[in-house]
Amino acid sequence: MKEEIIIAGFGGQGVLSMGKILAYSAVMQQKEVSWMPSYGPEMRGGTANVTVVLSDDRISSPILHSFDTAIILNQQSLDKFESKVKPGGVLLYDSNGITHHPERNDINIYRIDATEEASRMKSTKTMNMIVLGAFLKVKPVVEMENVLKGLKKSLPERHHHLIPMNEKAIERGFEIVREVSLMNA
Amino acid sequence: MSELRLMKGNEAIAEAAIRCGADGYFGYPITPQSEVMETLMTLRPWETTGMVVLQAESEVASINMLYGGAGSGKRVMTSSSSPGISLMQEGLSYMAGAELPCLVANVVRGGPGLGTIQPSQSDYFQSVKGGGHGDYKLIVLAPASVQEMADFVELGFDLAFKYRNPAMILSDGMIGQMMEKVELSPQKERWTNEEIEKMHPWATTGKRPDRERNIITSVELDSEAHETFNNKLQAKYREIEENEVRYELTDVEDADYLIVAYGSSARISAAAIEILREKGIKAGLLRPITLYPFPSKKIKELSGGLKGVLSVEMSSGQMVEDVRLAVEGKVKVEHFGRYGGVVHSPEEVANALEQKLNGGK
Amino acid sequence: MEENSMAEVFNDIKKPENLVYSKSKVLTDNVMHYCPGCSHGVVHRILAEVIEELGVQDKTIGVAPVGCSVLMYNYIDIDWQEAAHGRAPAVGTAINRLWPEKIVFTYQGDGDLAAIGTAETIHACNRGENMIMLFINNGIYGMTGGQMAPTTLKGMKSSTCPFGREPAQDGNPLKITELLAQLPGTSLVTRQAVHTPAAVRKTKKALLKAFENQKQKKGTSVIEVVSTCNSGWKMTPVESNKWMAENMFPFYPLGDFKDE
Repeated sequence: MKEEIIIAGFGGQGVLSMGKILAYSAVMQQKEVSWMPSYGPEMRGGTANVTVVLSDDRISSPILHSFDTAIILNQQSLDKFESKVKPGGVLLYDSNGITHHPERNDINIYRIDATEEASRMKSTKTMNMIVLGAFLKVKPVVEMENVLKGLKKSLPERHHHLIPMNEKAIERGFEIVREVSLMNA
Repeated sequence: MSELRLMKGNEAIAEAAIRCGADGYFGYPITPQSEVMETLMTLRPWETTGMVVLQAESEVASINMLYGGAGSGKRVMTSSSSPGISLMQEGLSYMAGAELPCLVANVVRGGPGLGTIQPSQSDYFQSVKGGGHGDYKLIVLAPASVQEMADFVELGFDLAFKYRNPAMILSDGMIGQMMEKVELSPQKERWTNEEIEKMHPWATTGKRPDRERNIITSVELDSEAHETFNNKLQAKYREIEENEVRYELTDVEDADYLIVAYGSSARISAAAIEILREKGIKAGLLRPITLYPFPSKKIKELSGGLKGVLSVEMSSGQMVEDVRLAVEGKVKVEHFGRYGGVVHSPEEVANALEQKLNGGK
Repeated sequence: MEENSMAEVFNDIKKPENLVYSKSKVLTDNVMHYCPGCSHGVVHRILAEVIEELGVQDKTIGVAPVGCSVLMYNYIDIDWQEAAHGRAPAVGTAINRLWPEKIVFTYQGDGDLAAIGTAETIHACNRGENMIMLFINNGIYGMTGGQMAPTTLKGMKSSTCPFGREPAQDGNPLKITELLAQLPGTSLVTRQAVHTPAAVRKTKKALLKAFENQKQKKGTSVIEVVSTCNSGWKMTPVESNKWMAENMFPFYPLGDFKDE
């Protein structure tokens, strides 16, 4: 098993922390992981992205130019990474602010209205966890019990009281993710 | 108890420093390595192990604080990135000249000048060739994973004290910023002052009546005496070259082509080799773990059966000079690397090997 | 008869009860390389005396500069580190932090402390590093052959201001000790001299106070000693002392700036 993922969006959307929770969950499942962020001035209000690789074997390059899965949270990132999904791969995107939707027909496209759902749940900060739930529904690469362990490990102790809320958000993402177009459909 | 954690390379350096019983960290913030001091300041090791952490006024001050700490027998370290390391070169020369052990972690970014904050490997020359004035070397370790960022802290200290010479961890923004899982070693005790006085009788710990005064210095105004001292230094470097070469080999047994790459470039090259092997091109990888001493003998030994060697580094071609020297003209050696903060992809490395060595097919 | 009486006089003089002065045991027997008339020798002597009198030879660590006193570790029998030019306060900082039970002092000239090492000087004082900073100010670079120092007076000649220091060209002389007195980390800041027996006694008293401050962890003690460089100034030692009193003291007045 090897899963190469790019997560991309605006700084502040929780892109890096989603990647970290996913990576920590995989560590809890005895997998090899790498988490490689974009860093620098572009983080300040600009776009942020992180490449996460989960694998049963030792990971060679943590920097990649094509991905099994792209998790996209804004238009700029969609424009940049739609073409970088491997044929047959997955593109999962949050619809908020998207004006040009993905068009490829050789990949599997899923939509999650996470921003909308998070504001409905009155916890906008859990938007990234709704997206994570959606990803885990589409690609069940990590078991839920390990996700919860990963969540606990990633969050500083003073934020542990937020775990149930995040768990709920993951479950919600699991429920509301929907297929847009599947290559075989 | 050792502990499994997911962390950045920079954070791993800080954790490992505390756990291996380091006595002091003196540093100045610079991207992409500021997490080292940030982590230390958050962990507050002065309350647990007694390790001193101090934000200095500059890299110049940091390295001279290392001089003072090392001169008094303590295990002291700093970390910085390329422009900051340039500022430390004077101090490193003084430390080599005074035979002082210390550890410097360089999380390289692209230069020259202020350059970029993105990863690069263009500090090879200033790290392995001495860097400052005079005939001296640093012991240079090149981690290719977050685990090695942690492991090389203690290894670096051990080698530095074994040879009384500064040691450097030469990584880059990629290894520093990336998170991987790390097994952290259990907490070790710091050396007690009594142990330091016993183990390092040269250190300035206060002149006792039963010994001569200790003097930490790099000045010797008598040329003949200074040549004798330099000969002693050179003998030490020959010993290091004899005993401390470290490298890792992947898929070299049947290889027609050898990639020599360290740190991040070695990770990317490992993926390139998978691509090349799928195409039926037999490529292997030699990853120098020590850049000084350089694994010249092993490269020479392997070069006999090869059709070509590619030095892959995020620079315009620095390590390639040492690879060429190692093969002694026996086989074609080419360089490939993106630079100025651009990280090459496995595909680009694979293509370069095909273009430059395999007839461009 | 004459010879016998002389011998008697000598033997009498050598009796312990007639001893009025002896070299400090903390001073080595090495012959100092300083020029005759140089202030360094006097400051070294009283420094050694203070270390001996306080019984702290085994816990005092000195940091030597680059300048004429670069080899001062040959003269005072304690553990020493020889720092790079200007970096003694950084070197001393680490020793102080890592061996807080020791006594650390730096010894620097004007070029070392107030030109190339200004940042290290100010920040060590501002952090209040628990150490003593001895500052020898003779307004000239002695070791390299008489070039202009940050403290060279207006109109004063040096090999790099051969017609006298002109502020428009060379900048102004720097009163760094007054500046250091403003910093919260310093506890004792004083300017002294060693050109007369009375001045020597006052400087030694300041040194004793500084060492006492270290024991009480009071922060940084700065002692400037306005000094002569008769070789660099191209004067006899006696002329130098006179010139110093007439020209240096008006600009660099002696006395305590801070004693907390």
